[in-house]
Amino acid sequence: MIISVASGKGGTGKTTVATNLAISVDGAVQLLDCDVEEPNAHLFIHPEIEKTETQLTPVPEVDMKKCTLCGKCNDICQFKAIIVIGDTVLPFHELCHSCGGCMEVCPEKAITETSRELGIIEHGRKNGLEFVHGTLRIGEAMSPPLIRKVREFTRPGMLTIIDAPPGTSCPVIASMKGADFILLVTEPTPFGLHDLKLALGAVKILGIPCGLVINRADIGNDRVRNYAQSEGVPILMEIPFDRKIAELYSRGEMLVEAMPEWKDRFKELFHRIEEIRS
Amino acid sequence: MKEIVIISGKGGTGKTSVVAAFASLAQNMVLCDADVDAADLHLIMDPNIKQRHDFESGHTAVIQQDKCTQCGLCRDLCRWNAISEDFVVDSIECEGCGVCWYFCPEEAIDSPLNNCGEWFISDTRFGPMAHASLGIAEENSGKLVSLIRQEGKKLAEEKGLDLLITDGPPGVGCPVIASMGGASAALIVAEPSVSGKHDMERVAQLAAFFGVPAMLCINKFDLNPGMGESMEAFAREKGINVLGRIPFDSAFTKAMVEGMTIMEFNGDSEGAKAIEVIWEDLNQRLQQ
Repeated sequence: MIISVASGKGGTGKTTVATNLAISVDGAVQLLDCDVEEPNAHLFIHPEIEKTETQLTPVPEVDMKKCTLCGKCNDICQFKAIIVIGDTVLPFHELCHSCGGCMEVCPEKAITETSRELGIIEHGRKNGLEFVHGTLRIGEAMSPPLIRKVREFTRPGMLTIIDAPPGTSCPVIASMKGADFILLVTEPTPFGLHDLKLALGAVKILGIPCGLVINRADIGNDRVRNYAQSEGVPILMEIPFDRKIAELYSRGEMLVEAMPEWKDRFKELFHRIEEIRS
Repeated sequence: MKEIVIISGKGGTGKTSVVAAFASLAQNMVLCDADVDAADLHLIMDPNIKQRHDFESGHTAVIQQDKCTQCGLCRDLCRWNAISEDFVVDSIECEGCGVCWYFCPEEAIDSPLNNCGEWFISDTRFGPMAHASLGIAEENSGKLVSLIRQEGKKLAEEKGLDLLITDGPPGVGCPVIASMGGASAALIVAEPSVSGKHDMERVAQLAAFFGVPAMLCINKFDLNPGMGESMEAFAREKGINVLGRIPFDSAFTKAMVEGMTIMEFNGDSEGAKAIEVIWEDLNQRLQQ
């Protein structure tokens, strides 16, 4: 089963929920941190990294000896990533989406592929937990290709927990698509509610069952609870605002280790997800 | 004209609450919400929308089943696995790269323009505002961010205003890059935690990569003063000006619930006082 932990609004506690869930559940579990722009799960799990791989995406390179300046590459590219100017062809690697169109269309076979670095993927373990995360290269704009590469580590037969990035656009979709369950984490504030509505919209487009964790449950107001009820989204767990929890988090400590009573609550959360799924 | 963009790396550090508070304090300013993916500033600003425009960007492939001969070329060429065995395009997976519709021998593939959302020009009680709403699950948020910033600048020019305050998105990817390029300065609002430090360091690297001078303020400083100090030390080492510390203050959430800035809700609160100091410093630096 794949559970993707997502939120809409940032900083609501996705990583707290994903990491604590991952170490509380019995059996074979893997945690994939797909928030490749700002991956944080490793700061709590402290995995032993066994393998680091640089991830590349193909981009065009033009052999000007073969090029006849016909301009077909310029015309097919939807992203203005290859442009014919005067007597030369300029590829803009940072804009390239790696579709291969320019290479395919070139009648002179003057275009080959070189690569642009997306970032790195690290793969390791902590006790029984398998851990994978991606780190986007600073300056790289496109995170979905790296997210998809992190997700290639998904192994059937295991429980896969995905820590998704905030928002509702393409990186979030890349982290939720194909999951069996979406666990939305929010806080009961106007910003939390507004972004929860957006996140739920994305979940509905994907047609995946979901449930809600309300973090800092005693701040703000009741509108998130009322909204969840009206939408038929089950509230699976509430975590109160507790300065002690916030301070533990700030030091990179795991909630279930510092406050062991939470371990059973995370196990219970998983059982409720299993019940909904069956 | 100066533009200050508020970024954070990590989400939920208080960017929007800080921007809203600055709006209370600033003169001659245009507001710009560049967090188009999960825009929240309007919840405090209560904008009176004056102009509403569609945001169209990019294309999605649509196969006309009556013309398609199922030759399979599009499926072979598509690098996104967006075309099913029965030749239907998954619009979520489709990148809009154009390869399938360019090569289809039957010209059976259409490429309608995507309607990705809306953008607005509004009035608020603090000044004009450019903002947007990206359609759920849509792409091209970077383009929409660029557009919003351009519109914000136009607004400022038209109205003779000299400051743009831009609420940026979290992360370091495409929308953040689009929100930062060419700005006068970036203010990083961080929180004192292991994640907050990690993410602040990455977004500071991004600002340096694009040559945008960065400044730092740490929100909820008292949750972990030791961590906060180590973040400030990192910043100074990198030539990032440290503007101040904002204490943890429940007045921020209470103000948000009331749809107010913290200055409006309680100008005497510790949070409000800290922001006033940061704003004065920031404003002076922007004038230099």
